[in-house]
Amino acid sequence: MAILSKDDAKKILEKVVGFSKADGIEANLSGTDGGNIRYARNSVSTAGENSDVSLSVQTFFGKKSGGASINEFDDASLEKVVRRAEELAQLAPENPEFMGLLDPQTYGAEPKTFIDSTAKITPDYRAQAAANSIEPASKKDVTAAGFLEDSRGFSSVMNSKGMFAYNQSTSVDFTVTMRTNDGTGSGWVARNFNDVSKLNTAEASQIAIEKALQSRNAKAIEPGKYTVILEPNAASDLIGLMFQGFNARTADEGRSYMSKKGGGTKLGEKIVDERVHIYTDPWNEEVPIGNWAGGGGGGRFGGGGGGGQPRKKMDLIKDGVVSNLIYDRYWASQKNVESVPNPGNRIMVGGTASIEDMIKDTKKGVLVTRFWYIRAVDPQTLLYTGLTRDGTFYIENGKIKHPVKNFRFNESPLIMLNNLETLGKPMRVDGGGFGGGASLIPTMKIRDFTFSSLSDAV
Amino acid sequence: MKRRDFIQMAGLGAGAMMLPFNGFGHEIDPARMLVPLMDTSQKKVLADVALNTTKSLGATYTDVRIGRYLNQFVATRERKVQGITNTESFGAGVRVIVNGTWGFAASNNVTPDGIKKTAERAVAIAKANSKFQKEPVKLAATPSYGEISWKTPIVKNGFEVPVKEKVELLLNANAKAMENGASFVNSLIFLVNEQKYFASSEGSYIDQDIHRTWPNFQVSMVDRASGSFKTRSAFSAPVGMGYEYLDSKAADKIQGPGGIILYNKSYDIVEDATMAALQAKEMIAAKSVEPGKYDLVLEPSHLWLTIHESVGHPTELDRVLGYEANYAGTSFLTFDKWQSKKFKFGSDAVNIVADKTEVGSLGAVGYDDEGVKCKKWDIIKDGVLVNYQATRDQVSLLGQSESHGCCYSQSWSDVQFQRMPNVSLQPGKQQLTPDQMIAGVEKGIYIVKDGSFSIDQQRYNFQFGGVLFFEIKNGKIAGMLKDVAYQANTQEFWNSCTQICDERDYRMNGAFGDGKGQPAQSNAVSHGSATTRFNGVNVINTGRTI
Repeated sequence: MAILSKDDAKKILEKVVGFSKADGIEANLSGTDGGNIRYARNSVSTAGENSDVSLSVQTFFGKKSGGASINEFDDASLEKVVRRAEELAQLAPENPEFMGLLDPQTYGAEPKTFIDSTAKITPDYRAQAAANSIEPASKKDVTAAGFLEDSRGFSSVMNSKGMFAYNQSTSVDFTVTMRTNDGTGSGWVARNFNDVSKLNTAEASQIAIEKALQSRNAKAIEPGKYTVILEPNAASDLIGLMFQGFNARTADEGRSYMSKKGGGTKLGEKIVDERVHIYTDPWNEEVPIGNWAGGGGGGRFGGGGGGGQPRKKMDLIKDGVVSNLIYDRYWASQKNVESVPNPGNRIMVGGTASIEDMIKDTKKGVLVTRFWYIRAVDPQTLLYTGLTRDGTFYIENGKIKHPVKNFRFNESPLIMLNNLETLGKPMRVDGGGFGGGASLIPTMKIRDFTFSSLSDAV
Repeated sequence: MKRRDFIQMAGLGAGAMMLPFNGFGHEIDPARMLVPLMDTSQKKVLADVALNTTKSLGATYTDVRIGRYLNQFVATRERKVQGITNTESFGAGVRVIVNGTWGFAASNNVTPDGIKKTAERAVAIAKANSKFQKEPVKLAATPSYGEISWKTPIVKNGFEVPVKEKVELLLNANAKAMENGASFVNSLIFLVNEQKYFASSEGSYIDQDIHRTWPNFQVSMVDRASGSFKTRSAFSAPVGMGYEYLDSKAADKIQGPGGIILYNKSYDIVEDATMAALQAKEMIAAKSVEPGKYDLVLEPSHLWLTIHESVGHPTELDRVLGYEANYAGTSFLTFDKWQSKKFKFGSDAVNIVADKTEVGSLGAVGYDDEGVKCKKWDIIKDGVLVNYQATRDQVSLLGQSESHGCCYSQSWSDVQFQRMPNVSLQPGKQQLTPDQMIAGVEKGIYIVKDGSFSIDQQRYNFQFGGVLFFEIKNGKIAGMLKDVAYQANTQEFWNSCTQICDERDYRMNGAFGDGKGQPAQSNAVSHGSATTRFNGVNVINTGRTI
């Protein structure tokens, strides 16, 4: 039941819309089947599967709306949920920011977000994937702790104006931390795909094992400003935070780093190095994402409705200049611009250099595998703090000289992208995208990255 | 509604919560929330189907959790209602041990046939994994309680309070903030009700009804001329109480140092919003801090988060053992330190207890999610590490025979595991008020309410911000500061603790979104303390120009 085909979803949604006596109705039907396996101490610790499907209905009388949901799909239940939503809408206060329902939209080709092999992952597959990670670790006096999670799901939306959108997708995410048994070395690796045939947990685990072994007995070096090579996962964490400020309304209201002194936003202004080009594209082959947005672009709660808005290929930052901000339908109407829903993925154009090439070109610097516990310190300057983790190395004269103790950093991604030295090969990384999509982010070399103190953590 | 939308809608920044809330569930109408979906006898029948199924398939242990999780959010900004959302999530999770290996499956199909299939899947998963199992699971014994129930002792069920009343309260608070100069205000009331039924193959059938309430706001002040802005969050706490928390009582108000008003067991959101607007103005104009060493006087609304991160997390046994190595991390509080019985975690003044029973706390339940009766125990005694937090499958590694009763799952669809109980710093034994404490500080900073927070994966190095910072000069409050954060090493910090106010000043604060596990799960937890002094802590200046 959890995965419905486009036709089956449409049939249910048509029935739901047909039951409505309100001025308007929007119905969302979605479901997920997920599975996971978790291991630690070189042994499986927990594993599970879950399955859920739900229908949520929003009805409208003028600017009043009410919602209800259900997970039973016989006709009587469908009608019941519509009636409930209508009763609630009558009782609700008016939402002055309600923008009316969307007209039918054009979405372009369906992105390749659903891969059959990923949808067919079994408990045995997961157990073997974990074993392929644990066995090489135990042979090297290393302890593995890892997690593999896969999901297949669908989402669909229909309203009483005839708008209908459907997407189904799969994903698999794998991370493993390898720790040497003497407790002095730790390495980490992450892989994220929508096609499980690209995943090799043994190959990935080997990288983490090597990092763990190489990072034993790290030396302390003085905190301060360093040239850093950030692997894609480290870079993505900070860059993803930068995009949280791309909401036009918050910027117009003066409470974001994207707000301009004296009023207005920084749309059209150069905020980072001119080599920075970041865009979104639902049809990208490495990081495909559904070609319509859920309610995140303002949505029925934030005002204006966003569910079902088409996504398009669009620049976010080009030549270091802010190309687009996110406008929900209400704010777009206030500012007389076209609404821009949340993009689903984020693609940063990189170069061709491998990490090895970038190390070779570095006289003195620090290689960072990943960051940890990144939290905002000052939203006005986009200052964040966090720590390096699971593989931090000192580079001297083009070579990794020795592992170093982890650092706390206090840095702003804006300052970081202004201090850009070089960009390497991009890689698919989990999350960081608006709407939960994956990102393609290059390895990057940054000068004058601020490390403010040392940590004893391994 | 997805968490991302909720955060956006409610105007809550990353610092407002610690982790995504999962299991928000589906929207329903509020009247439905007051109607039980299923009585306990029906749940028992279904649980027995699962227990019998797994037994026949070779499980040596099974527990079944049939859960209904209700949330209500009422969110407003300025004069507008942004959203009124009621969600429900209902389903069942079955956890088994087969061949010494855990297996778990969950489904929203809570029928005899549905739960049987879920039980079969749980067994299949355990069997698939048992091929690679190296450490067979061993459970500490726990009594069989038969059929029992437990409820949060609430006075007023928030779900029964009309939405209109909540909206009026929030809009009233917003209006006061705006009247007093705020540029923007977002406010919300967030209610949680967990209706949990637990059954195990050991003969316990436990029905629990748990309530939590969290009013919150963010008052922002924007100075367009200088392009600067500041946000003052609410001085409320998320609580394990009913709606009575919002019926403000004069006896629960505290006149704090620096002219601030603090709250204990009930909260005046309208008054606090007024104060917030006035203070946000001051925050913009405040003096930027001179970095250096200061004596810190930390208010309970701030200190709870430092306790959470630097004491709560490193004393979780699963982290010490390495089960969280790939996500939340491990711990510097290794077994050898505990075994030595003399590891000085903090100064002699530091006494910290874990407690799943404290009335009004977020962590309070009768029984945990593996059927163990909840209790209170020492973690740090006179500064020395004396115990951890452990569940049934791990406590024997401490040479202890009884689980601590701190196993939790955020919903029916997630597997339960060790989660932090309320972890609280005990008040000082000498009579001491915050004003008296401040009078003894020559160069210091008084910090109110939690702000930015970050700590490494073994919990050595941390950095905390706050909301209000008052400079202390020669025993007196000397105005507001900004750009303040302190960095320290956990052990050095707790050993620099010199004074703790007495029990009259003891209050709790906490979070709904304590994160751990893969897939990540949220846990609600409170931390109590009285105002506490730490000497010679490193303060940095976080001001930057972009």
